Amino acid sequence: MSGISIPQPTRPWQRKRREQIRSGATFTAMAILAFIVVLFTGFAGFDGWAISLFIISAIVLLIKGRKLSQKERKNAFIQLLIASAATLAFLPWLSIFASVAMKGIAGLRINFITSDMRTTVPDDEMNMGGALHAIVGSFMMVIIASIITLPLGILSGVYLTEIKGRFTFLVRFVVQSMSGVPSIVAGLFVFTTYVSATHGPTAFGGALALGILMLPTVARTSEEVLKLVPDELRSAGYALGARQWRTTLMVVLPTVRSGLTTVAVLGVARVIGETAPLLLTAGSSTALRFNPIHGQIASLPIYVFGLLQIGTEYAVNRAWTGALVLMIFVFGLFITARKVGGKDKR
Amino acid sequence: MTIAPPIKREMHVVHSRGDKVFRGIVTAGAMTSLIILGLIGAFLFGRGAQVFSQYGLKFITGTNWSASTEPGIANEFGMGPMLVGTIIVSIIALTFTVPMSIAGALFIEFYAQPRVKKILTALLDLAAAIPSLIFGLWGIQVFTNIGQRWASLLGNRLGFIPIFNTISDNYGRSPFVAGCVLASLIVPITTSVAREVYSRTPRELIDTCYALGGTKWGAIKTVVLPFGKSGVVGGAMLGLGRALGETVAVYLVLNLNFRYTFKILESEGGNVASLIATRFGEASTEELTALIAAGFVLFLMTLGVNMIASAIVTRTTRT
Repeated sequence: MSGISIPQPTRPWQRKRREQIRSGATFTAMAILAFIVVLFTGFAGFDGWAISLFIISAIVLLIKGRKLSQKERKNAFIQLLIASAATLAFLPWLSIFASVAMKGIAGLRINFITSDMRTTVPDDEMNMGGALHAIVGSFMMVIIASIITLPLGILSGVYLTEIKGRFTFLVRFVVQSMSGVPSIVAGLFVFTTYVSATHGPTAFGGALALGILMLPTVARTSEEVLKLVPDELRSAGYALGARQWRTTLMVVLPTVRSGLTTVAVLGVARVIGETAPLLLTAGSSTALRFNPIHGQIASLPIYVFGLLQIGTEYAVNRAWTGALVLMIFVFGLFITARKVGGKDKR
Repeated sequence: MTIAPPIKREMHVVHSRGDKVFRGIVTAGAMTSLIILGLIGAFLFGRGAQVFSQYGLKFITGTNWSASTEPGIANEFGMGPMLVGTIIVSIIALTFTVPMSIAGALFIEFYAQPRVKKILTALLDLAAAIPSLIFGLWGIQVFTNIGQRWASLLGNRLGFIPIFNTISDNYGRSPFVAGCVLASLIVPITTSVAREVYSRTPRELIDTCYALGGTKWGAIKTVVLPFGKSGVVGGAMLGLGRALGETVAVYLVLNLNFRYTFKILESEGGNVASLIATRFGEASTEELTALIAAGFVLFLMTLGVNMIASAIVTRTTRT
């Protein structure tokens, strides 16, 4: 049975290996050239390098494209423009990830998550004191906020997908607009209604403010999740003689159980880094506290914020480490949400 | 003999008692967001009303914000410079954000290879989740150096244009630098809306462009950009709403000063949210009322922008 060759799928549009190597080499050459420009001219720093790289690529494009038509040349030039602008858009985040990771890791000792700042001043060495009180405070507030907000947000989602009553448009519109309420305004609202009427800033006050900010996210994402439930399941429920409430509670909601977990996690990730409302409603503290309705309480964002206000070298280092821990929490929650949310689609 | 045309049968849904209770509870739950939004407006207005009636329009246009602890001296509250400063910083941010978001969305959707596209989409989601505090931290500790260099370049070369004119040589903590930090904060929001809209462009139209001999840019210019125009406007408005109300990122970077200033490179500017955060700690009862009134103005402003934005986005992304 020799001589018969099985045709393999080909990809004629794919760039050849030689072309890839050549374009890679061109890019490297241009990057080195740009570096030389930085060394010998007034362009300084990373941004100077990027600008000279851009100019050099434009010149190379002009030389390479001299045989092409006007239209092709314009196309290539705009491709360069879009790629550069897109890089410019993505660079800040990469810079943030890199600087938080590098500057934060320097101060990350075990005591950072096991002790508080009760006996430590911010200027002490990094092996003293920590952010345990802030981490505990943050989690306490986020949990209280979730307990209050999750049911309300999920009810909004159920309303939008199951009941579809008269106010569907209104509810959707209000949820959308509410997601734009500035966080400090939410803080001011809780301050005027709750904090100033009681004994001043508490964890519960902070949790209320966070809950307000969390509600639109929870409502919107739970609507998205509930939309994934196929109508056949609802019809099947009704066909078995179940009322709407039973169908919703025993068929629809259990179907998207993992999706609703995603909703909760995304809601928490949305608010765990909020700083401004907590300034007004939760205050700050240097010691580990557990009482949610009495006394000010620390939180991770306020911890970082306060240290930045102090501004001395060790304080800023601590702030970076706090920011790293905060980022780890946010991204951890985010990745959890993706992992759990992926289960429903299977 | 004529046959009577069919008559549409009237249908009545009669809910059982259990269902009525269930629907009542769910509707009440869904109404909470409406109620909270109403309460926010009502309470802030109620607590700030005294200031509005006392100062009238001067609260919006006045330039002096002084709270005295001495009983004899009268307080004066005018948030004009802060309001103007907020708008200036937001406009600077939008000037950078809009082109970068359009380019970023086009790049992800039409230029990037599948693997790169996947990575960039995930990165976009992650970036939208970075707390604004971290943008502020990065802004003051890392970006200010670069921003200052750009600002001094602008000031030296284009100083003859009034807004780029500077008196001192200090470019840090200026509206320009704050606007740049704010831009990096809202780019994820606008880019993901723009990407969403661009991805809905009918594939046949793009293929038609190619079939007619058009280049990629030709297809983008004639099909994708017009198709996504209103979506991009909506995304930019969402970003604007976020920029107007942003507190810590601006607070950490911008140097607050009570003076009308349109010189964006000078190290002074205004921002309503930062004003509230700055003065709140040591405010007297009367100043607190004024701060709450300022919060109400901010609330109205962002709510207006957001309502327009969400109306546009809902219309364009719902098919």
